[in-house]
Amino acid sequence: MVETPVWGAVAAPLLLAVLAYGAAALAALLRAHAAGAAPTAGLAAPGREAARLLVGQRRSVPGADTLLRQSGVALVPVAATMAVLVVPLGGRVVGDLSVGVVWFNAMEVLIWAAVWLAGWGADSVWGLLGAYRFLALGLAYELPHMFALITAAVGAGSLRVGDIVAAQQDVWFAAVMPVAFAVYLLSALAMAFWGPLDQAVGRDVAGGVAAELSGVDALVLRTGRYLMLAAASAMAVPLFLGGGAGPLLPDWLWSLLKTAAVLAVLVWLAHRLPTVRVDRFVEVGWVVLLPVTLLQALAVSVFVLLEWV
Amino acid sequence: MGEMVVFMVCAVGAVAAGIAVFRVDSMARATFALLASFVFTGVAVLLLLDLSYLGVLIILMMVMEMLVMAVFMIMYMMNPAGLTPMAMVHNRRGALAVSVAVFTALAAGIWLVPWPEAGAAPPPDPTESLGAALMGSHMLVMVVVGMVLFATMVAAVVLATDRGRYDRYGDDLRRGAADAPVRKGVGR
Repeated sequence: MVETPVWGAVAAPLLLAVLAYGAAALAALLRAHAAGAAPTAGLAAPGREAARLLVGQRRSVPGADTLLRQSGVALVPVAATMAVLVVPLGGRVVGDLSVGVVWFNAMEVLIWAAVWLAGWGADSVWGLLGAYRFLALGLAYELPHMFALITAAVGAGSLRVGDIVAAQQDVWFAAVMPVAFAVYLLSALAMAFWGPLDQAVGRDVAGGVAAELSGVDALVLRTGRYLMLAAASAMAVPLFLGGGAGPLLPDWLWSLLKTAAVLAVLVWLAHRLPTVRVDRFVEVGWVVLLPVTLLQALAVSVFVLLEWV
Repeated sequence: MGEMVVFMVCAVGAVAAGIAVFRVDSMARATFALLASFVFTGVAVLLLLDLSYLGVLIILMMVMEMLVMAVFMIMYMMNPAGLTPMAMVHNRRGALAVSVAVFTALAAGIWLVPWPEAGAAPPPDPTESLGAALMGSHMLVMVVVGMVLFATMVAAVVLATDRGRYDRYGDDLRRGAADAPVRKGVGR
């Protein structure tokens, strides 16, 4: 892994923003198609929506904790951007930390604080409900998610993302540890409170955390969500899909193509699947996901001891 | 020079956030002021001591821990939901005296303890060296204590819950469908 010069710290977030726009456009396209409208209108929809929110009036309720709400909303895109700094594009990465996997995990956990703050600070019952829903969801998805990350690290014997990519020269980790990969994708949906795990902003609680957000605040939260989804998709590539490995095309292009493919799958899943109730998902998380990820970690540890990986 | 700046920012930030915990008038703000204090400490550990694993872990664990703590604090508070402003301190004078005394004692310790001179260059993996220095030959004891603590937590939860392990599948564990507390979860 080569660390990029300083411009990498500017280029990586820009690239992430392009991917996030793509995800938003694809989501709008799928919605337009399902509604019977011309799907191509979806491509410009995120831009139009952003312009609408930019000129929109910001409103607030009396008693809102503006400082906490604003920090929470701003933290969502910040966390996503910081998380992506350790994700390599081909052979280049902004920061090749020796604990890259833990860094990604720490930045992605900031979403917990962000969502709770945004919901609490609004001084609205719907925001509060959304905030508490997300914490319950977090307690259900975070441990399986951590074990999925750790399993990839165990397979490579290193917490450095570059080493994990290098360890997949022969066979991708998605094939060695399919359960960890599947759980990772599921938790990627959860950390962006997206798709079947979007209870924090659910329609049944009038938008939950986003219920009282308007104008720029709503724009920042929604952008942050797409950025987080894109960052999680980008991290899936070095962890489970061999990084930039691939024939003919340059490695950075392969990284980008794989990221776009993962992102498209996540957006499509969210479009197809209904929202799951949190209490049901919590039980699934603790009774099913946690044991299977532990077994997966055990299996991979044995593979490593037998030098099969 | 750079190290000094990082240290000053982190030290002042951590202390200021710590003071803010007792100056703000809402449970949520107090929680996040405390979290900010821990994050400043984590950043200092990460950047100044080169203990990248521990530094990132402090930030990771503290964010999760504080969020869980916020839920419990607000749940057990005297006013419902804690949405109204409230004072964060009781017994102002006593609390102030105790905290000033503790702070002074700890700060004095920094100046009075004869710290060893750093001789050799830092080890290649400071985290591993720190672990060995802290645990050393007591690793087995620590691992066993960890298991005992974990077993205690599980036992406490089992004792506290009104549902036992046989409520789900019946006394002889032969009930076909689980009687789950949450319908349509893993059971029915």
